[in-house]
Order: sequence, then structure tokens, then C-alpha cells
Amino acid sequence: MMDLLTTHYNYVASILLFGIGLYVVMGSPNLVKKIIGMNIFQVGIFLFFVTTGYVDGGAPPVVGHGEETFVSPLPHVLILTAIVVGVSLTAVALALVIRIYDGYGSLDEDVIKEVQVDD
Amino acid sequence: MTDALVLLVVVPIAASLFPVALGGRFERIGWFVAAAMGLVHLGLSATVAARVLEGGSISYAVGGFEPPFGIELVADGVSAPLLVLVSLSTLGVLAYARRAGPHSNAFYSELALLTAGISGVFATADVFNLYVFLEITGLATYALVASGRSPRAALASLKYLFVGTIGASLYLLGVGYLYIMTGTLNMADLTGAVASVGYTSPAILTSFGLIVTGLLVKVAVFPLHTWQPGAYAESPDTVSAYISALVSTAAAYALVRIIYAVYTTEFLDAVPLAGDALVALASVSIVVGAVLAVMQSDLKRMLAYSSVSQFGLVVAAIGLANETALVGAVVHLVGHAVMKGGLFLTVGVFATGLGVRTVEDFAGLAAKAPVSSAAFAVLAFSMVGIPPAVGFVGKWNIVVGAVEAGAWPVAAVVVVSTLLTLAYFGRVIERMYFTAPEPEADAVSTDGGNDTVEVSFGMRAVVVVSAVAAVVLGVLGSDLIAVVQPVLEVYF
Repeated sequence: MMDLLTTHYNYVASILLFGIGLYVVMGSPNLVKKIIGMNIFQVGIFLFFVTTGYVDGGAPPVVGHGEETFVSPLPHVLILTAIVVGVSLTAVALALVIRIYDGYGSLDEDVIKEVQVDD
Repeated sequence: MTDALVLLVVVPIAASLFPVALGGRFERIGWFVAAAMGLVHLGLSATVAARVLEGGSISYAVGGFEPPFGIELVADGVSAPLLVLVSLSTLGVLAYARRAGPHSNAFYSELALLTAGISGVFATADVFNLYVFLEITGLATYALVASGRSPRAALASLKYLFVGTIGASLYLLGVGYLYIMTGTLNMADLTGAVASVGYTSPAILTSFGLIVTGLLVKVAVFPLHTWQPGAYAESPDTVSAYISALVSTAAAYALVRIIYAVYTTEFLDAVPLAGDALVALASVSIVVGAVLAVMQSDLKRMLAYSSVSQFGLVVAAIGLANETALVGAVVHLVGHAVMKGGLFLTVGVFATGLGVRTVEDFAGLAAKAPVSSAAFAVLAFSMVGIPPAVGFVGKWNIVVGAVEAGAWPVAAVVVVSTLLTLAYFGRVIERMYFTAPEPEADAVSTDGGNDTVEVSFGMRAVVVVSAVAAVVLGVLGSDLIAVVQPVLEVYF
């Protein structure tokens, strides 16, 4: 167990981030906190990809760098794209939150439900 | 001219810039840009389809990087008809939106982006590229759902965003596992690579679970459907028609591609639990979706739950791993898009013209709007699965496939679902044709009639065309199967 923590701490961290993120999305009634949770969840996945792309003692696949072990840059490039997607999602989500706050005067899901019932 | 394939994605993305860029100067330019985009898109997809009919599948290496290292786009007998379907749905929805709106330029930009995303999902042969297109589709859909001005629409959209993002992220994580084990992202390349890793390897099993769960969220199968009724019901009629016709369809197509082209039927044979779980989940979805649809009073919500049930049928057919059933699934995807898009537009015509939105209000509607009512009835009966309409062709093949595979419970569920479909559409049609309108309800609808818009010729025409298309597609069902079958045959 300790061995796993010391050698694979990066994987453990990414799984913790999934868990925390998912818990916040589902558990928090506050819409902005849900967005934060969604971001944490995604960062967990980014970390997972980046960490799998890491090779001990590997060199970048560029002429004149290193000799034997090279690192595939693909996982990192993929995550660059995924980060852009994540930023766009956050932007759209925040824009929606502004609309919701204008309409209901609250960001608390439970309060919004009450307002909807009163309508 | 394999360039047409990549232009199917590039043209809508480029077109999406113009309505926003020129919106300050020309107030109503959005529709014209989108209409031009739709026509070009139709030309391109027709070119691709003609090429596919002539000589089988065509492939395009994006940026000149040869697959499996570069991104590959592929059109074959399954994706080419679906690409044509995208163009035609776009044009149909635009003809409807001319009068019905929304009229903002941003709306047309989002519509173009959605067209790009869906075309990309149908065309791509790269699992990570598929993630990107799924997210473009998702982002455009969230914005479109929120284009209804009410805060309810914004809330429904945000809910969709949370669930959709988590679904897409699970898919991405599954792709991560696949990449770690195989070192490739190209679908054709993955087929062999997954086999050489071993189907029962824990990492491959994990990737299958994550990818399928992620896509099922987007398909909206019970119990992952919670975002869908709100999103369909709260968005403007134009938007609900477009997304109900194409967004879940794209995800279901991705599911077919991933399960059969990447994991293959050998995987399903080696891991029987995978197919069984899909079939079981889908069967529950078929029944629960239909039961929930029967319980709705709001027409759009009823149609939304009906989609949960119909996509259950498609997913069940995918899980059966039987050729006839899979053909049925693809035919039902096309048919469902035509029927459900048409039904949402018909409901939109009733709502704009007469201000009716609930099953109660539908009493005696056939006398007030005979043409649209007839279209609604045709589409509804097609959805039930009455021959010769397209709904029958899809369901028939799925049932025959289920029987061939020896999955009698599934065959029974499909038959029961047909009865339930008849139940929820039957009560609407009964009200339209055989119930006299209540005088009180009449007064309410004239009250609500103040803010109704006159129904344009374009709106009516689209509704009638979709009803006719549902029947014609049914009659031409065997031709559609002849196009689709050679591609699906290879998987077995």
C-alpha cells in the first residue's frame, strides 16, 4: 500500500481529483461550486493523461535531444486540446449562471426550485 | 474530390463566424448565411454520397498526415446517408426558422457550429477527434437550448452542460486507457491493436465501460437521460426539432462505430456481460421512457421521453450483436431523426399558430389545422411502427434480429414498446380527431393567441415534407438497407 503511494502517487492524485470533482458537482447545491467541481473533475483527467505520458529519463523527440528513450508528445498535445474545450465549457457555464441569477435571484438549486414552484 | 469530406466540417465552422461578425451591420444576415451554408453542405454531402455509392468508402487524411498518425476522416455506406440527413435536417429547420425564429444572429452561428460538430462526429475515424467533435456538438447545443429567453431554459441548459461534460469526460478517460494500452487513436488501427492486447485485459474492459457510459449519457438512455426532457422541452421549437433529430443520433452512431469498429464482435463474444448489460439497460430504457411519455401532459416533454424509449431500441439492437438488428438500428436512427424532428416542428406549428402546448389543448385540433394534424398523425403512426412508414422498417429489423439472436425478451419488449408508443400517441390523436373542443379551452387559446405568430408557408411545408419523407423512406427502406448493409456486414 505504502509502495503504491510512493511509486504511483500521481495516479492516486488524479483519482482523488475525479472523486472530489464528481462529489462537488453532485453534492453542492450552489451552481458556481458545481462548475468548480466540474473543473476539478476535468483536471483529474488532464493529470491522468499527462502522467501517463511521462517517461523516466525520456527526452523530447527533437533532433539533438537525448539518444535512446524518447517521449511521445501526443498525450500532452491531446490534453492541450482538452484544456481548451474545458475553458470553453466553463465560459458557457458561467454565462448561463449569469442568466439564471438574473431570472431567479439566487444560485442555490433548492431556492431556485422553490421559486419555480411559486411561479 | 475527397476534399468534400473535410469541407463538410470546415464550411459550417467558417460560416458560423459571419453572422456574429456582420451582425452589427446587417441585422438579419444570420438566416441568409446559414441558408447558404446549408445549401453548400447539401452539395458537399451529396458529392460524398455519390462517391460512396460509386466506389465504397472514401478517406481523407487531415493536413496531409497519413493515418494512423494523422487524423482520418472516412465516409462509408452508413455515414454518407447520415451526412445527407444532416444537410437536409439543417435546411428543413432553417425553412422553419425563417418565420418562427429565433431571429438573433448568434442563434445562426450556434446552428452552424452544431452542424459542423455533428458532421464531424459522422465523418471522423479517430477516437480523440471524435471527443472534440462531441464537445463542439455539446457546446453548440448548450448555447442553443439557452437561446430560449426564459431562465428555465438557462437552467435546463446548465443541467445538460454538467451531465454532458461528465459524459464526455468519461469518454475521454476511456480513450486515455485505450491509448495507453495500444498507442494509437485511429479506429481502424485500434481494431487490431485492441485484439493483440487481449479483450479481457482489465484496462481494455475499463476503457469499454468508460467510453460506452460516456456515449450513453449523450444518447440519453435511462437512467442517464435526466438532462434530456428539460433540454428538449425548454428550448425553442426550432432548436428542439434540430437537436432531437441529430444530437442523440450522432452519439448513437458513435456508439455503433466504437463498439463494432474498435472493439468488434469478438470483444462482445469474449465478454458477454458487455452486450448483455447494454441490452438490459436499453430494455429498461424502452419501457420506462414510454411509460413516462404516457404520463406527460406537455407535448414536447412527451416527445422527449419518447426519444428516451426509441433510443433504447437502438441501443438494444447495438447490444444484440446481430447483423439484422444492427441494420435495423441504423435505419431507425435515420427514421427517428426524420420522425422526431418532424413531430417537434408540427408541435411548434400548433404552438405558434394556435397557442396549444398540452395534450388537453389538442381537443378538436384537426378541424382547425387539418394539414398539420394529418402530418402529425402520419408521423405518429410511423413512430408507432405501422407499415409502410420508416418506423416499421427499423423496428421490424430490430425484432427479427432479436429473434435471430435468440433474445426473446428483447423481442417481447420491442413489441410491448410499440403498444406503449401507440398509447401515448393514440391519446393525442384521439383528442385531435374525435374530441370536440371545450368552449372554455377555446377561450383560453384565443387569449393566448395574442402573442402567436402567423404560421408561414415554409413552416407548414417542412412539416408536410417530413411526414411524406417518413413514408417515402419506409417505401425505400430496402434501398436504404442495401446501402447500409455492406458496411455493417464486415463487422460480423
